[in-house]
Amino acid sequence: MTQRALILFVGLFILFLAVGWTMGAANTSLLLVQSFAYALIALGLNIQWGYGGLFNFGIMGFLMVGGFAVTFISYPVNGSFWSSEGPLMLARAVLAFAAGALLVVGARNAHRVGIKGGWKTVLLIIAWSAAYMVYRSQIDPAVKYIEANAGWVGGLGLHPVLGWAFGGLLAAGIAYIVGRICLGLRTDYLAIATIGISEIIRALLKNMDWLTRGTLTVSPIPWPTPVPQDLQAQGISIANSFIVARLGYLAIVIVILALIFFLVQRAYGGPWGRMMRAIRDNHIAAASMGKNVTARQLEIFILGSVMMGIGGAILVSFSQIYDPGAYQPINHTFLIWVMVIVGGAGNNWGAIFGALLIYITWMISDPVAQFVFNSISVRTSEWGWGAIPEIQSRASQMRVLVLGLVITVALRFAPRGLIPEVVKREA
Amino acid sequence: MSLIEIEDVVGGYGGAPILNGVNIAIEQSDIGVIVGPNGAGKSTTLKAIFGLIKVSSGSIRFAGEEITNSLPDKLVPKGLSFVPQEKNVFTSMSVEENLEMGAFTRKDDFSTTLDWVYDMFPPLLEKRHQKAGELSGGQRQMVAMGRALMSQPRLLMLDEPSAGLSPRYVLEIFEQIVKVNKAGVGILMVEQNARQALALASKGFVLANGQNRFTGTGAELIADPDVARSFLGGEAKR
Amino acid sequence: MNEFIFFFNNVLISGVVLGSIYAVGAIGVTLIFGILRFAHFAHGDMMTMGGFIAFLLAAACAALGIVAPVPTGFLVLPIAMVIAAIIALGIDKGFYAPLRKRGAKPVTLLIASIGVTLIIQGLIRLFFGSGSYSFFATEIKQLIRIPVPLPDVTRTINFTQPQLLMVVCTVIVVLALHFFLTRTRLGKAMRAMADNADLAQVSGINTKLVVRVTWIIAGALACMAGTMLALDVSLKPDLAFNIVLPIFAAAIVGGLGQAYGAIAGGFLIGFAETLAIFNWAILLRPFKDFVPFALPTDLAVVPTEYKLTVAFVILVIVLLWRPTGIFKGAST
Repeated sequence: MTQRALILFVGLFILFLAVGWTMGAANTSLLLVQSFAYALIALGLNIQWGYGGLFNFGIMGFLMVGGFAVTFISYPVNGSFWSSEGPLMLARAVLAFAAGALLVVGARNAHRVGIKGGWKTVLLIIAWSAAYMVYRSQIDPAVKYIEANAGWVGGLGLHPVLGWAFGGLLAAGIAYIVGRICLGLRTDYLAIATIGISEIIRALLKNMDWLTRGTLTVSPIPWPTPVPQDLQAQGISIANSFIVARLGYLAIVIVILALIFFLVQRAYGGPWGRMMRAIRDNHIAAASMGKNVTARQLEIFILGSVMMGIGGAILVSFSQIYDPGAYQPINHTFLIWVMVIVGGAGNNWGAIFGALLIYITWMISDPVAQFVFNSISVRTSEWGWGAIPEIQSRASQMRVLVLGLVITVALRFAPRGLIPEVVKREA
Repeated sequence: MSLIEIEDVVGGYGGAPILNGVNIAIEQSDIGVIVGPNGAGKSTTLKAIFGLIKVSSGSIRFAGEEITNSLPDKLVPKGLSFVPQEKNVFTSMSVEENLEMGAFTRKDDFSTTLDWVYDMFPPLLEKRHQKAGELSGGQRQMVAMGRALMSQPRLLMLDEPSAGLSPRYVLEIFEQIVKVNKAGVGILMVEQNARQALALASKGFVLANGQNRFTGTGAELIADPDVARSFLGGEAKR
Repeated sequence: MNEFIFFFNNVLISGVVLGSIYAVGAIGVTLIFGILRFAHFAHGDMMTMGGFIAFLLAAACAALGIVAPVPTGFLVLPIAMVIAAIIALGIDKGFYAPLRKRGAKPVTLLIASIGVTLIIQGLIRLFFGSGSYSFFATEIKQLIRIPVPLPDVTRTINFTQPQLLMVVCTVIVVLALHFFLTRTRLGKAMRAMADNADLAQVSGINTKLVVRVTWIIAGALACMAGTMLALDVSLKPDLAFNIVLPIFAAAIVGGLGQAYGAIAGGFLIGFAETLAIFNWAILLRPFKDFVPFALPTDLAVVPTEYKLTVAFVILVIVLLWRPTGIFKGAST
């Protein structure tokens, strides 16, 4: 870390102290947990964009997947589902899905039995349609049955940390599929394709009531550490219980972040990191040196997405509620882009700094705007122009504007970020 | 006062300069040819004149007027035109539209110029509604030159007009360049086919390392044993 | 026959309307890409902004008591488009031009467009909150019914007056654009610059002027598309997120940089969406007495909630099968 970075981190610490002093310890501990979870997510994007030069506009989708994963793993078991016909029907749907997949794979290999060219395309289309219909014929009644009889599938009642790991795993699976389809594309196409994927994930998780309860939301999702209510039962005062419980949660998050940060930092300093930078800066040259560019890019895309999945899961566990309707591209995709760009793409310290700084800016924009509006409103009423209407709702919208201004200013005056990538030159 | 005067021009793409003091002077009646080894700064000289790269010192005057670091949209109306070496036609547009684009800076009626260009390059007349991207290499070169002539330039600059053409077309293009010159347009071109090009040249410039090495009429340069040995691949057969 | 009319109303008419909106939006995306070589992600928000400008003007008209035979939304559309075009020029000058001047890569402009997205959305939310608005809160949406002169047909062909006007407007815009691109000096210069920007500069084409014209057209058309969307459905600050995918899909399917491709792509995506969410079981209903088994009641290709997937699937297929778009777009 350079001196500049050190000064910036000290400044950030002071900012957190100032916020803590005005907003109270309970609010600040909440802010800290969330901002460190976002730091993990920003680290994931930094790997994809800063290291790999891969555009990902679909972060929201990976966060949602992570959130779903932890909900599924850690939420208590829904007995009425497991005792019904539901599991059997779902198993049939899974079988149908497998059969469909086999059909498609078979059609893709049709050239081995001598079906080529246009006929293969026709066969492929038929296979896809047949697979889709077979799957729909099984899943549709299963969905109807589950929703009518058991409400939803429920969880598995396992430990939340297991759920976080599953979030990473699920995100990895999706990243693999997305990457296989899209990574060969140009930047603009990759950007729009990832937007599309995340919107589809949102549409699915929002409407698959049988799996996620959709807009009905799931809560309370358990914590890996004692929740405030547990502490209150042990006789700790209500005010303190929140602070202590959140600090306990924060400890786990920081441990995970530190571990991942350490690993990523080491990998980046080594030969793997050098190769990644070479691919990002000139993938044609890297390919001509015998590097398998596509495979490396897929690797990095999956790795970044895993962090996003874990981060998304941590956020959902912490808030104890999974609400697929609450996800917004602004809050869950663009916010993280601003973090990485402002912090410094290509520098892990920068990404973490950006995440903490932007998250706190994002969160305090609302009260600050409210304060400013109130002050102005007093003046305007004095001047006889009347007060500003609906200050509260307007102030809460201010943060979007602030975020936009921040990234614009950053691109203009510090295009490489506050803690820029260190470019090492071999002598 | 010559039509174009280039004095001690230094410039490049930022970083180390590619041109280290180039001097060129051309009259409107001239065919000027710049030859030299790869990396000598031949094409860069043309780009410097046309404002496509930054000139850090020296001066470029056109008809007595200072034009150093002027941009193309100011130079074209003054009477300069440039045909780049590669990608010198709008492939998705018809031949006629390509020619019209050459006349973009003109506010007057350019139909007589259009007829003149078709006269000069008869194959273009019959293909005028065809897309330029569908033409052969030689015909594309005609479109590119025609486009540059549409602004009624006093000086036409050509960057390796014969590059990539078969020998038959090379001769044809050179004939057309002479024809354009006879119609009263000064020519300044960069060529790899050095001996052939110098044979037409009324002024020749041999560049090396971004500087003039030899200057003279085309015939003088061909006859100069030093030039022939170093730059024309051996002395001319007598 | 009644079932067929139902199909006509729900698929063809809706498809034309949706396709018009997508096409008009996609033209702007494709023109900006052709000239400036970056995917302008704030285009969806420029549409939303355009919709709100028209909404404000319409409200002003209503307050002044101006009544017209057409919905006020259409009456004020030309003025709204002019305002939106000026704002688009301002956005370029304030956000993108400084970066271009510095020689920033297209991908930096892409990231800058996130900033523009956020600022536009922030401003809209600041002034209008996050609720939804309708142009037809005070006016009525006139329904046009055309009876079909065939025996046994009871259903009528239905569409609303705004829908008719939208299609008319789209036709006018497409014809005007065609005339502009093929007949005018500036339009041809625009095509030339999209084809080969370096050569355009060498030819003496005033590239800065072309960039300005591009923003004017893109801004005006974004306003039109946004207003049309608002007139057809409703006006919300976060309209952009639902629209940006189909619009980019349309532009990419048509080949980025190709104006005609974008129009074709827009209609392709529009029809694909309405066809995919149409319940095909309805067309089978007349045959229910002739088959021995019960016909399924729901045969939509995808449920309505997943309409978005249609544009995406088409996009992915086109990208895999012909990455430069059906009409072969610019590739850099």
